Amino acid sequence: MTTTDPSTTAREPQGKRRLGDLLFAGSAKGSGILILLILAGVAAFLIGQSFDSLSANTANFFTTKEWDANTRDAPAFGVAALAFGTVLAAATALVIATPIAVGIALFIVYYAPRRLASILGYVVDLLAAIPSVVYGLWGIGWLVKQLGPFYTSLEQYLGWIPMFAGPVSTTGRTMLSASIVLAVMILPIITAMSRDVFQQVPQAHREASLALGATRWEMIRMAVIPFGRPGIIGGAMLGLGRALGETMAVAMILSPQLVISWMVLQSGNQTIAAHIALQYPEATGYGVSALISAGLVLFAITLVVNMGARFIVARRKEFA
Amino acid sequence: MAKRIDVSGLHVFYGDFKAVEDVSMTIEPRSVTAFIGSSGCGKSTFLRTLNRMHEVTPGARVQGKVMLDDQDVYGPDVDPVAVRREIGMVFQRPNPFPTMSIYDNVIAGAKLNNQRMPKAKADDLVERSLRGANLWEEVKDRLTRPGAGLSGGQQQRLCIARAIAVEPAVLLMDEPCSALDPISTLAIEDLIAKLKENYTIVIVTHNMQQAARVSDVTAFFNLAGTGKPGRLIEMGETNKIFTKPEKKETENYITGRFG
Repeated sequence: MTTTDPSTTAREPQGKRRLGDLLFAGSAKGSGILILLILAGVAAFLIGQSFDSLSANTANFFTTKEWDANTRDAPAFGVAALAFGTVLAAATALVIATPIAVGIALFIVYYAPRRLASILGYVVDLLAAIPSVVYGLWGIGWLVKQLGPFYTSLEQYLGWIPMFAGPVSTTGRTMLSASIVLAVMILPIITAMSRDVFQQVPQAHREASLALGATRWEMIRMAVIPFGRPGIIGGAMLGLGRALGETMAVAMILSPQLVISWMVLQSGNQTIAAHIALQYPEATGYGVSALISAGLVLFAITLVVNMGARFIVARRKEFA
Repeated sequence: MAKRIDVSGLHVFYGDFKAVEDVSMTIEPRSVTAFIGSSGCGKSTFLRTLNRMHEVTPGARVQGKVMLDDQDVYGPDVDPVAVRREIGMVFQRPNPFPTMSIYDNVIAGAKLNNQRMPKAKADDLVERSLRGANLWEEVKDRLTRPGAGLSGGQQQRLCIARAIAVEPAVLLMDEPCSALDPISTLAIEDLIAKLKENYTIVIVTHNMQQAARVSDVTAFFNLAGTGKPGRLIEMGETNKIFTKPEKKETENYITGRFG
């Protein structure tokens, strides 16, 4: 088109403006903007409050393991050990929880009789409703004691893998214990997401594989899991987000030490969230501001994890 | 290679409801047999019992006998999975696996039997199957692209290629053209004419011209009445069914004076 004649160009149709529509559209838009504002507000708060201690810090924040911030005089603290512990705990929990969650979801959708499936689905949802402090109590009061012998044999047979090297902690309050409790806590969310997406696999795709002579397991591998992969990844990332930020259970179970150690059977390591919770009541000097800077790192890690998950999901979109 | 199907006294039930009653027929190898009849008369249901695909539907069961040459399809120790490898199926809506490339779609079924197929053999099988489905020329330069990116007609031929890559003896087609435009339909019909040299083909269709064009034998199904099971009314050479049917019901249906 080179010329536009105003009398012939189609005018955008003007619908009747209804009050209900306007209200609804306005409130929906408002909620969307509110989310962005809250996120920006949290980020601004974290950056603003941490600035104070970060500029006074005499050590390199990103490479230092020690946390010597409760002073007005030359604080030296760093997030290296905490960030490592956070990621290690969450990643280990994810590695434990994801296969189990996918297995439960497959069982619920494709193997269990209908009655059992609905009961099982309900129980899994219930797991999500248990407060994390209760998980913490269960972990410290019961689980770590049961895990003792298991850790000993793990060290005995798999000790040649550096992660499982001894000496095994006698209290059981180790990284692996914390990760196992975290895994139980994130199990429901991954199961629920996987179950939902498995239920949506079109009958046509399932029948396509069955008609080629696939067994039920082959059908699951051919049609169900590829179709459900974005849902599994999404659920895993939600679970990872929860595991990264989980505070109470970790604070109760782990006996903290500011080290960077892969040895999940020895006591040691600490996570950012648990560290903040344990240190905050006693923080003096630059302490509070320093803890907020640790919180900023946690915020950043969570953001990166979520963006990474979106990237993974989007990359295969062409085939979905 | 192509095999004969022999059905005797077959009843199909969904729970307590009898959907198809007492069907007996013989389907000859290297021929095209068309099932026609109004919606809900049980022809698709019956088709699915031939390779035990109805067992996917909860509560569906059969009584009677289906023989594939001298093998009893419902024999006590016959694995439905093995039956389906021998009797392939093409569905109403093209259903290539959305997460797989064209190449992977074609060998999906063949890989089930032979996990470690050498690359050269797999390449050969893909080309042979796609050529067999008259699709090779159109897709040979984009085998790694998603199968779902093809047009509807191409997708359906991809599904046929996938089915014949397993090298079945029989191909069941459940209204394979009902979601396609006329030109794609013609391509599939040409393909059916070519496939019948090697396979036993059974096709369910709502399109009577299509039945007349592609099939050698036509079977007409009808309901005895609302809520009653579907029955096989008449089966014979397509030519005869469409010109001199023996039953009044058949004549009414094919001439459009239904009821």
